[in-house]
Amino acid sequence: MTSALGKDLLGIEPLSADQIRLILDTAEPFKEISERTIKKVPALRGSTIVNLFFEPSTRTRVSFEFAEKRLSADTVNVAASGSSVSKGETLVDTARNLEAMRIDMVVIRHGASGAAQFLAERIESNVINAGDGTHEHPTQGLLDLLTLRDRFGRLDGLRVCIVGDVLHSRVARSNIWGLQKMGADVAVCGPRSLLPNAVGEFGVTVFDRVEAAIEWAQALNVLRLQLERMTAGYIPSLREYNRVFGITRERLAQADHELLILHPGPMNRGVEIDSDVADGPCSVILDQVTNGVAVRMAVLYLLAGGKPELAEAAKLAPGGDR
Amino acid sequence: MSPAPDTDPGTLLDARAMDRTLRRMADEIVELNDGSDALVLVGIQRRGVQLADRIANLISEREGIVPRRGALDITLYRDDLQTVGPRPVVGPTNIPWAMDGARVVIIDDVLYTGRTVRAALDELADFGRPARIALAVLVDRGGRELPIHADVVGKRVELGPDQRVDVLIAELDGRDAVVVMPKGAPPGDGTRDVGRGRGMSA
Repeated sequence: MTSALGKDLLGIEPLSADQIRLILDTAEPFKEISERTIKKVPALRGSTIVNLFFEPSTRTRVSFEFAEKRLSADTVNVAASGSSVSKGETLVDTARNLEAMRIDMVVIRHGASGAAQFLAERIESNVINAGDGTHEHPTQGLLDLLTLRDRFGRLDGLRVCIVGDVLHSRVARSNIWGLQKMGADVAVCGPRSLLPNAVGEFGVTVFDRVEAAIEWAQALNVLRLQLERMTAGYIPSLREYNRVFGITRERLAQADHELLILHPGPMNRGVEIDSDVADGPCSVILDQVTNGVAVRMAVLYLLAGGKPELAEAAKLAPGGDR
Repeated sequence: MSPAPDTDPGTLLDARAMDRTLRRMADEIVELNDGSDALVLVGIQRRGVQLADRIANLISEREGIVPRRGALDITLYRDDLQTVGPRPVVGPTNIPWAMDGARVVIIDDVLYTGRTVRAALDELADFGRPARIALAVLVDRGGRELPIHADVVGKRVELGPDQRVDVLIAELDGRDAVVVMPKGAPPGDGTRDVGRGRGMSA
């Protein structure tokens, strides 16, 4: 038995397949809690968690906050705008000041890749990466894995294609690493201007035509075209992007099999995905949102006992469910 | 009582004795609740769930009605998360019945410190307000740390803190038996997987 995650969750790349499986298995019973009339268990009673969001986010922040509250933790939200960050305080100073108020965990979203790790190396509290630049968004990757495993019953051998703006996408990186560790076959598809130059190093298949990707894949993870990061003319126009790479009902109808459609949100309807696909029977986009709360509860719960001295004490405790 | 030797685990109940004991417990549960109408048997993960199934079947043989059943995993209600860290895998909780007005019987394999039952009471309260909650255990081994007692007891035995009770169940362990082991010995007779930490939770 082991508190197998350690102190922080910084990305999926450093996790083992066993650790990923542990998180997904732990998330399973947490789903039921959100279906109860009283959606709360006392597991993290007395813990204080700070949600430190340097980038705007609705879905991820709210999802973390629900996860924290359903485990009975006390939570504080700090947004970059309107805080001392806008007065020029450094990331570490902000965190150290929060830590001086005796917090237990920090959930951080930051525009710089590596920000979560930078913080984790400098404070005692558990750190959870809620998205750092274009690096990783591990809880999104994990909830995508959980959603796929729910539907297919397995991840091993599953053919999943990630479509769209892979270049700017931390979701894509977390998905590629997570899926490969769990034995899935991963492909990417998008305009070459939106794929990393070294995309081959990920060990993924590259499709230049979305029709070929649809023919091959059992599930498509359709990425958001990150309009706010699109300053450098990566694509000629949104309309042309939709015409060539958009996931439409007509394109999906060409395949001889049904495909599961995932999207991390928020969607640009009519750009990377059409409304009748997003709202159609093959879409699990809202299941992803529901699973997000369960996965984040699992991560919070597993990290809560992940401090080294606790892991040591856990080894001495008798028994253990597995 | 001295610890049972490693090679010859002290058998408290063999398969036939365990069956007789469960039958008596089933009868007592029905008597305690004036029948089985509003009865809900709630097993505590893991072995309490199988015992609840057994007892439900025994009640249905007598009463002609299969009582309603539920399962409770109390991991998230434990009072020692901060000291021993989380149990890696939490089992399913399944309470599909309205608890309001129900006559609930919590069923577990071993009653020891009472901390598991304390947690189960807290968790049940989050599902509604039963008319009554009773406790039935296959083995009461003494050593309570909280003011908790069982209403229906299969077998009573006084054991010291250096001993452990393992309940083996055919569905999970290949055979039915209740054995006393020295604390720290490999679980059961080696055929079962590791049970919930008895010393902490039973």
